[in-house]
Amino acid sequence: MGKLINDGIRVDGRRVDELRPYRLEVGVLKNADGSAYIELGKNKIIVAVYGPKEMHPKHLALPDRCVLRCRYHMSPFSTDVRKPPAPTRREIEISKVIREALEPAILVEEYPRTAIDIFLEVLQSDGGSRCAAITAASLALADAGISMYDLVVACAVGKVDGVMVLDLSDIEDKEGEADMPVAVMPNLNIITLLQLDGILTHEEFKQGIDLALSGCRKLYEAQRKALMEKYFKGGLNQQEEAE
Amino acid sequence: MAVVSKRPFVIEHLRKAQMIELLAQGRRLDGRSLLDYRPIDIKCNVIQKANGSALVSLGNTQVIAGVKIEVGAPFPDTPDKGVLVVNAEILPLASPYAEPGPPDEDAIELSRVVDRGVRESGMIDLSKLVLIPGQKVRAVFVDVSVLNVDGNLIDATSYAVVAALLTTKMPEVEVTPSGEIKEKDSMIPLPASKIPVSVTFARIGEAMVVDPNSEEEAVMDARITLTTIDEGHLCAGQKGLAGGLTYEQIMFAAETAKIKGQEIRGLIKKAVSSVG
Repeated sequence: MGKLINDGIRVDGRRVDELRPYRLEVGVLKNADGSAYIELGKNKIIVAVYGPKEMHPKHLALPDRCVLRCRYHMSPFSTDVRKPPAPTRREIEISKVIREALEPAILVEEYPRTAIDIFLEVLQSDGGSRCAAITAASLALADAGISMYDLVVACAVGKVDGVMVLDLSDIEDKEGEADMPVAVMPNLNIITLLQLDGILTHEEFKQGIDLALSGCRKLYEAQRKALMEKYFKGGLNQQEEAE
Repeated sequence: MAVVSKRPFVIEHLRKAQMIELLAQGRRLDGRSLLDYRPIDIKCNVIQKANGSALVSLGNTQVIAGVKIEVGAPFPDTPDKGVLVVNAEILPLASPYAEPGPPDEDAIELSRVVDRGVRESGMIDLSKLVLIPGQKVRAVFVDVSVLNVDGNLIDATSYAVVAALLTTKMPEVEVTPSGEIKEKDSMIPLPASKIPVSVTFARIGEAMVVDPNSEEEAVMDARITLTTIDEGHLCAGQKGLAGGLTYEQIMFAAETAKIKGQEIRGLIKKAVSSVG
């Protein structure tokens, strides 16, 4: 195993607390009620939201709230080795944790008897694809006009060469010692996703969460900008002037 | 494999209100305090035909784990490591709400969270399970059947898997010059060292409780499982359900997982040593 950090610089040239280059875009699909696209490092993920809409099959509808359904899926060409198109156990688990990361932000009681479908397609995968997918999905939900308490933003941290680092790349994820994805509603300070793979001391665990939250705050600013870009093209001030 | 309906217990509003009121006073409906586990009973070597086995009761939750060891090919991306597969099934006999069918996402999550705890702890030294590098390795299959559902399947399954692995015996083998694997009569244990212990919390309202039973799971807002190893370090974690947790609640869970994990590790050690 080669050394992944040299003099505080990682294999891709980043510092330990630096995110990969990212790009967020809102409203990328015509048919969807809401959609968003994210690039984070080599990750390219497109997310569509359909709903709130009538629930099919009907017996699954809930009388007092909507049902959230999530499908995280990797395209067969998204990985180094072709991934067969059928959903794997990994994708089923990730679909579940993503749904549970987004649901705390949604005012589900506002949409009784309906379903909200979220489709997350990984067109190209890199480390931290579930986190990037969550960040894009909450933008797509906002784009669909669904009432939310806050945006959800996610970012992974990990331990590489004994050091806690932000936003693991593919190689750091595979060869590093630990990987911990975290999602948060930044204005409410509520953590909605936490997973851990690998050994961390309690000190590293705390340090990792702090680091992840700092990364999430940066991405949150990017989320806001992406929404502004679509809905307030000329900037907030101009809109105020118009009023 | 079975599908268990999401809300198997219909909890009346009054009962939920009573539960939350009690929790505020630091008590629970079944008389436990917030950080009490139900009685844990671990019996090893309950299936003679398995290489290792354990039957675990956690209150009324009951699971059985069996280990079978075979010789197989390594995964292409880890030619220098043996194979470890953990799989859990919720049997249709385990609950009036369970139905036969392909594993649903809850059963898949259960398997994967338990697998992660064992794998990431480094409990089993997979590099010592290689017979012919790149070609033949030992494959360790741990299958868990849930026999009775009463909440906290993750911890019950995790303790059963760990106890079964710690009491596993496999035949010693010889690799002949022609590349054949010959089993000998002598039995050896798995190269196991650490004991990962998962501790699962439910957040109900503002209260954090460990080891939720079915009734508590029916009303919980969020769930978090943290697994620790002997030194107290964390090795795996999973937050579940459609609720969030505060920073403080997560740090509380991490500290408590260490303390509770140490207690339960003692119980597992005792059960394992009692069968030699």
